[in-house]
Amino acid sequence: MTLAPAALKQITQTRCDNGLKVLVQEEHTAPLASVWCWYAVGSKDERPGLTGASHWCEHMNFKGTTNIPRDQVKGIIEQFGGSWNGYTWIDQTTYLETATRDALDRMLFIESERMGNCLYHPDDCESERTVIMSELQGGENDPDQLLDQEVTATAFKAHTYRHPTIGWMSDLQTMSREDLFGYYRRHYVPNNATLVIVGDVDTDDVLRRVDHHFGRMPAGPEIPRLKTVEPEQTGERRVTIRREGTTAYLKMAYHAPGVSDSQFFPLLILDAALTGAKGLNLWASFRVPPPQRSTRLYRALVEQGLASYVSGSLLPTAQPFLFTVSATATDGASLASVEARLLEELDRVRREGITEGELGKAKAQLHARLVFDGDSVTNIAHQLGYFETIANVGVITSAPASIAAVTLDEVAAAARIVLAESNRTVGWFDPLPVRS
Amino acid sequence: MTPVIYAGLAPVRTTLDNGAVFLAKETRTTPAVAINLAMRAGSICDPASAPGTTWLLSRMIDRGTRTRSGDAIAEDLDGRGITLTVTVSRHLFSLGCSCLAEHFEPVLTLLGDVLMSPSFPEAEIATRKGEVITAIRQDEDSPAVRATESLMALLYPGGHPYGRPTKGSIEIVESLTRDHLVRLHADRFAPTELTAVVVGDVDAGRARDVTARVFGGWRRPPLPAVPVASPTPATARRRVVIPMMNKVQADIAYGLTTIRRRDPAYYAFWLMNNALGQYSIGGRLGDSIRERQGMAYYVSSSLDANVVEGPLVIRAGVSPANVDRAVASIDEELTLLRRDGLTAKELDESRRYLIGSMPRALETNAGIAAFLQSEEFFDLGLDYDMRLPDLLGAVTLDEANAAARQALDPARATLVIAGPYTDR
Repeated sequence: MTLAPAALKQITQTRCDNGLKVLVQEEHTAPLASVWCWYAVGSKDERPGLTGASHWCEHMNFKGTTNIPRDQVKGIIEQFGGSWNGYTWIDQTTYLETATRDALDRMLFIESERMGNCLYHPDDCESERTVIMSELQGGENDPDQLLDQEVTATAFKAHTYRHPTIGWMSDLQTMSREDLFGYYRRHYVPNNATLVIVGDVDTDDVLRRVDHHFGRMPAGPEIPRLKTVEPEQTGERRVTIRREGTTAYLKMAYHAPGVSDSQFFPLLILDAALTGAKGLNLWASFRVPPPQRSTRLYRALVEQGLASYVSGSLLPTAQPFLFTVSATATDGASLASVEARLLEELDRVRREGITEGELGKAKAQLHARLVFDGDSVTNIAHQLGYFETIANVGVITSAPASIAAVTLDEVAAAARIVLAESNRTVGWFDPLPVRS
Repeated sequence: MTPVIYAGLAPVRTTLDNGAVFLAKETRTTPAVAINLAMRAGSICDPASAPGTTWLLSRMIDRGTRTRSGDAIAEDLDGRGITLTVTVSRHLFSLGCSCLAEHFEPVLTLLGDVLMSPSFPEAEIATRKGEVITAIRQDEDSPAVRATESLMALLYPGGHPYGRPTKGSIEIVESLTRDHLVRLHADRFAPTELTAVVVGDVDAGRARDVTARVFGGWRRPPLPAVPVASPTPATARRRVVIPMMNKVQADIAYGLTTIRRRDPAYYAFWLMNNALGQYSIGGRLGDSIRERQGMAYYVSSSLDANVVEGPLVIRAGVSPANVDRAVASIDEELTLLRRDGLTAKELDESRRYLIGSMPRALETNAGIAAFLQSEEFFDLGLDYDMRLPDLLGAVTLDEANAAARQALDPARATLVIAGPYTDR
């Protein structure tokens, strides 16, 4: 292991000889430690026929390893009062444990086992196939989630961001144990991973333990990546779902820059002015809704009684993804009226940009959100690993400066480019009367 | 590595002259403060003829005060990056938010104004009612909500406040007027019902002084408590199916009434429930239904012991083809646990987990604030966090198994299945 100079305040960054990146941040506010292991593999890395493989592998990687028998997986972290979990999204798969600091070595052991020695027993693959199908069907019970899936699939025609992370049902029905195990072996290698440790720990001690658990793992072959770039959208697209339901939903999705693009932070400000600042923490953003009562779209849609809910979503991604505005039509309001009012506001901001007051308010909101997002070792570790995996950790550590530097002209330019009609996909969930 | 020794929260507690309770805990993790203002004015305070009034009041309370317009409140909060969360549970009506430490005083002042002096502007009511009605329509389309609400109505029948839908019905919401809200606020909001909790990067003495300035002048005589009757335990098994053929997956809600939170047996019930449906991925239920049989993405049990006998609810989402098998598996796990009890290893694992998880539960300002509110509401004592390990540690295997025998009788269970499923 070679120790790199700490380029970022309070964060020690190293890279093992086998390519494993390690980030350590000491936080001595509670007797806790959080360990996250991130893999640069998500649903965008899946070819047709293998959609959902990244997520299914995540499930399989809790099913026992060479040195952790299947029936002993649970209990290792729980005996320290800890929690563990994992998630998969379009760019990444990640696993975490947070427990009292004396569990640190056990947490690192689990992650090293997960990287090198998962079993993928055929019976477990079959059992998990039906669990994941149940997860998919649970999502389809929610019309808003179903619409989101259809709008994303319509907005992208070439890039693999188009398919849902959970995969298409037919692929879940046909994927084999060999498909999954091969996918696991290709992607779960130290040179495709970032290990993050945050908490009441000593950095030197952490690095010794990381070397012990991970240092002898061989690097894997370079992973071939899909290179398809989504072609520029040339005209508005629409999708309408007509199914039995009680409530109408609307979504407007615009192709938006990835996190490394200079337009990302101006667009983040624009989203805050339109629907309130969400911050930058995918893991925590669902905990508290954004401050939005004074925003343009809340006033135009909710205060006018057209929608009971409106939200915007601009998530940091490795490659260009989507800026999406979602609205739930108030009972009795037509989707056409909600769409017309929403477009009126989006066209106005595209023509005129935002005001100085809105810029200041958006920056203040984002500043507060960045503070609130750092309230636990789990959240801090998430942020470091998330950004190192999709871009580099400097994006989040320099986010306050990036936000502060955004100008009105940059926001106006982002609005002009992103909110173009030809860049838009409109989705309706238009409910049919429920018969049962 | 040095062993983890828990030092305890040791919060500051003061009762103001008017009866309001103040609790504070200083933390320095982030330059932020969590404010949690809880009134004993939850949905049990709904007029029996108008369930949902408290919910609508919660949607209206921050839309204007005697001295501030709704727009001014929105601008103030948004400008500081604050989301004010207003929640209604059976017993509590709560305002909560996180703010930057530098904003603590003006924010608490604003929240006090919202809590004590809402103006309920007439012009806002129709819009807020539209939102609530839309939310009720969304609930009508959700198998999970339909199953859970129906279960609660069956476990707590006859208009019992635990069995009423918190949002009310469309018909009732449509009938509510500003007068209903004004009257409910006048009847149930008083300083004697308030617990103000402040946790974060603010000196506890200063927080107390600000709280006293904001709420000290609020004068109301003490209010009579709202009586809540104990539910009549079920004597037979009940099963209700709500066909929702437009859905893909069925939700099962399976419940029994249990004990009061203040019952000395609570800790035995807590440990028993953890082993049944919480530990790791859903305890015994998760092992059977998710891990061994692959039937469900989620299955778990929750224990909500409350002022009166609260429910133990098991929930699972399964394919319609697996509903009968999942229900049979729940029955089997309850029968086995009731007949054979937990193993000593299971009890020990759950005990270690619950005790060991306290530093995590008390890591964030919001987590500490929620813990202190619960501590105050159930009168558990300021040293409760320090005593909790001993309370859990004292539970014997016999006591945990007695809890299982008392609570887990499939012959008295009530279950509701909502989704694309019908009784054959």
